[in-house]
Amino acid sequence: MNELSQPYKRAQPAPVSWFQFATRHRASIASLVVLAFPLVMPFTALAVNILIYGLYALGFNLVYGYLGLLSFGHAALFGTGAYFCGIAIAHFALPWFVSIAIGILGGLLMAALIGVLAIRTRGIYFAMVTMALSQCVYYLFYQAVEWTGGENGLRGINVRVIDILGVKLDFINPLTRYYVIAAFVIAAFFVLSRILASPFGAVIEAVRENETRAKASGYDVTLTRLITFVLSGGFCGLAGALQALHLSIVPIEILHYDTSGIVVMIALLGGMGTFFGPMIGAAAFLLLENLFSLWTVHWQLIVGAIFMICVLFFPAGIWGTLISRGKP
Amino acid sequence: MAGLSLELIALQLFAGLALGAIYVLFAIGLSLIFGMLTVVNFAHGAFYMVGAYAGLYMLILGGNFWICLIAVPLAVGLFGLAVERVLIRPLYGRGIDYPLLLTFGLSYVMVELVRIAFGKTGYPFDTPEILQGAVNIGVGYFPLYRLFVIGATAAVLLALWLFLEKTSFGLIIRAGARDPQIVRVLGVDVAQVWLIVFGIGTAIAGFAGLLAAPLQGVIPEMGGTILAEAFVVTVVGGMGSIGGAVLAGLLVGVVVSMTSLFAPEMAKVSIFALMAIVLIVRPQGFFGRAGLMS
Repeated sequence: MNELSQPYKRAQPAPVSWFQFATRHRASIASLVVLAFPLVMPFTALAVNILIYGLYALGFNLVYGYLGLLSFGHAALFGTGAYFCGIAIAHFALPWFVSIAIGILGGLLMAALIGVLAIRTRGIYFAMVTMALSQCVYYLFYQAVEWTGGENGLRGINVRVIDILGVKLDFINPLTRYYVIAAFVIAAFFVLSRILASPFGAVIEAVRENETRAKASGYDVTLTRLITFVLSGGFCGLAGALQALHLSIVPIEILHYDTSGIVVMIALLGGMGTFFGPMIGAAAFLLLENLFSLWTVHWQLIVGAIFMICVLFFPAGIWGTLISRGKP
Repeated sequence: MAGLSLELIALQLFAGLALGAIYVLFAIGLSLIFGMLTVVNFAHGAFYMVGAYAGLYMLILGGNFWICLIAVPLAVGLFGLAVERVLIRPLYGRGIDYPLLLTFGLSYVMVELVRIAFGKTGYPFDTPEILQGAVNIGVGYFPLYRLFVIGATAAVLLALWLFLEKTSFGLIIRAGARDPQIVRVLGVDVAQVWLIVFGIGTAIAGFAGLLAAPLQGVIPEMGGTILAEAFVVTVVGGMGSIGGAVLAGLLVGVVVSMTSLFAPEMAKVSIFALMAIVLIVRPQGFFGRAGLMS
């Protein structure tokens, strides 16, 4: 009996740690959590907010966490998505799904405009230029009163019924609303996961890790940055469009500097450059905000202090700290 | 355009210089801190706001404006020293983003603390009596206080220039901005220098806030708007360059006041258009060194 006649023994696969498992099925796991979330979260309105801000942070995280560029102007992308979607409904009476597509387009377009200018600068300049440009977008939308309603916000976005191929869903019902919005967020999970798993996703992280080496390996660093920023605009535009549907009004504050700041806080709180971080950050941030605003009108003081503590002592965020514990 | 006389344009130009003077002071502190510590101070607007409120508080307590001009920068600068020592120093060597994020969080805390102490609504801030009224500057009557703002800014700039160029400590600062490692090797306590530079930068921000208070009143959010505009100034002038901050600050002030004369609805947007042009033509700004940001 020689060795060859022995039945072929399959190599035992290395034991999969929970971390590897979570990474492999990240989009599905995130989707399941989102689907089950209303069971543990009694306030559906807050749950919807968490979904929308989580998606917004997901788009932001693509630029800051994965690409390594700190943007302080993401409110412009989020807000443009909201305004474009809102204008499509309020001024042109377009159906809801077309309006959402227009919102995404708005986010992509605004990201391309800001990106082309801001990508010309490097490093820390990027934060300043994106902030300044988003301030400019704020003033532009503020003054276009006929289109945006200016200071009063854009009103008249009344979507009561969501019509999917003849099936009519009641958008007023909070739980239905949650699941309609969740469907888009879940789609975004899979698209983002696909982008990150693609060769292009590897280039994004290569640019963050070592720009010079990425350039020497033949990748166009500037173009990679621009495309990533524009993709991020797509996610943020979708989040903005959903926000417009959810609120049925687009307040001008959506373009304010604070809206850019909030997403930075959410992403840092949850864990920069991690897949689950933005959603966890959004949940933690909005729960804290709700909790403290019940107790005091000066909740920004506490939120600012918590953020400073995070920067000083937990820069990896909630999920990042968990990962570093669980990593083999 | 028949109503637009040459005098009006000249007066508006002066108004622009006064506005620009505030930008210059604000941006110089920002630039000094960045050039030295590579920290983008997102709380700079909050220090500016604290300067205005500190002045208001001292006037309520019965101080006079001239004492404020000395005491406010001192108080804000001392606060800046404490912030650098306690909050920013632990973050050196942890990447350029972290001090930025920290100061961003700090600005929330500072604004909210001022809201708790002084309320959410703003206050008017009276122009000191001696500086009320207008004087003839050859092309027409111009508010005396705005002339004073231009003069005070020039005085601060002169003092800063003498300090940086003529004192041995200024020499260390200039050397440290160019190459902190060599300066450290030569036996200079760089951390001490950074501490003092942060103090000076924030003191100037407080001074700028005090000077701006009679022009626009004081509200807790006054720092946020000027921060975005100061970023435009730094991008146009070149980050870390003091000469650039001066030139770009005045230019931005003049651009704002000229567009508010000819096309008032574009006044807010005009400076961002200016920044966009500079970014396309010369991304590193007027006096910026290419490669400094990498």
